[in-house]
Amino acid sequence: MNRWLLHPAAKPVVFLLALLPFATLLGGALTDSLGANPAEALIRGTGEWALRCLWLTLAVTPLRLWFGWTALLRLRRMLGLFTFFYALLHFTAYAWLDQGFALEAILRDIAKRPFILVGTAALLAMLPLAATSFNRAVRAMGGRRWQALHRVVYAVALLALLHFLWMRAGKQLFGEVAVYGGLLAVLFGARLHAWRQRHRAPALHRAAPGKG
Amino acid sequence: LPAVRSSVAGAVTMEKLTTYAHVTGYNNFYEFGTDKSDPAANAGTLKPRPWTVQIEGEVKKPGTWDIDALMKLAPMEERIYRLRCVEGWSMVVPWLGWSLAELVRRVEPTGNAKFVEFVTLDDPRQMPGLRSRVLDWPYVEALRMDEAMHPLAMLVFGVYGEILPNQNGAPVRLMVPWKYGFKSGKSIMKIRFVEKQPTTSWQAAIPQEYGFYSNVNPKVDHPRWSQATERRIGEDGLFAKKRQTLMFNGYEAQVGQLYAGMDLKKFY
Repeated sequence: MNRWLLHPAAKPVVFLLALLPFATLLGGALTDSLGANPAEALIRGTGEWALRCLWLTLAVTPLRLWFGWTALLRLRRMLGLFTFFYALLHFTAYAWLDQGFALEAILRDIAKRPFILVGTAALLAMLPLAATSFNRAVRAMGGRRWQALHRVVYAVALLALLHFLWMRAGKQLFGEVAVYGGLLAVLFGARLHAWRQRHRAPALHRAAPGKG
Repeated sequence: LPAVRSSVAGAVTMEKLTTYAHVTGYNNFYEFGTDKSDPAANAGTLKPRPWTVQIEGEVKKPGTWDIDALMKLAPMEERIYRLRCVEGWSMVVPWLGWSLAELVRRVEPTGNAKFVEFVTLDDPRQMPGLRSRVLDWPYVEALRMDEAMHPLAMLVFGVYGEILPNQNGAPVRLMVPWKYGFKSGKSIMKIRFVEKQPTTSWQAAIPQEYGFYSNVNPKVDHPRWSQATERRIGEDGLFAKKRQTLMFNGYEAQVGQLYAGMDLKKFY
């Protein structure tokens, strides 16, 4: 797997794959083949792909820990930026197709509806992460500070899940929300487990000499 | 299905019809799945014949009507109604049927009959969606007696000149054009006259979001989206501004007096 991931074509291939949903939606919009309610199809489609990309981004570390696919790290930034890309498209589609770019109406809508507020918060929280995604930013900030900032992604994931849950709750459709929630629990669980092992190991180490 | 154009006030809008493909392919009918393309794909298992409709409760003439006899109870009319879904989209549909009031009068409600309840079929062999627990089945909707007696409240047997396709609620459904679409029960097998206000399916599921009345009202938002505007399916282009939703879906002149003095924010 690692060897495949290190292949020079790996990155471009993943890039094109991640762009495929966008191309499909755009093509559908241009040829009017998104069904009876194309606006809804675009808003939902971009939102769902933002969720999927975010979950994939968050899967990099667990997959690395479980299977030793360390080369996945090469793809993480791109997946993260695709998350931001689809989230931005999602918001733009909402602001344009649902609200006609009426700024006042959008602000009122965000303030009035918790599920839209939460979605907007998730998008805004992604801004600093996207803005500091290039190599120079990591050097300028220092690895530790950069990493601390980028832990905001966990909050983004929870906000995104809540946004999705509240949207679906209006129609009592919890099936997919449960799948995303379960996956996120696994992705978070893997990190928690790794963190506990890291912190237990030195403690044992220190205790050992005392016991003689 | 032969019919005459309705002479009921407000029953024939001049707006452009939504295409047959959209009317029969974009449906909310959770008994066949929660996606709007599910009913058209899955409703083939529904058997609309033979079919009976049971009339029960506070009436002097309860009983069971065969669907073909029921259809002949009154002259079939074509009515062109706006349909506004609670989700924020709308259609213009040529329905075939007649005023629900015709049936109500025929079965002679007693003085105790204050509400009319409509129960949808709940046979999992015919309706695969019943296996999901999205709602408590059967699907129940209801109207206040005066709403049920309003000439615009309609029992529907056909659409676009034909017998109702399964996905649109065959063989008989309700159509109450001034209320959100979900108030109009489909594939009705029981009509019950009761004294107490029934709890309807969506009201039971999420009471803070769906009320008993569910009149189309641009001033009372759904808690999670605005009801001020709507998109007409197949007509309003992707980048067109959404159209303003009208009070009582544009039927205010006909039905406004039913709600005189009521706080529609409270009775949503």
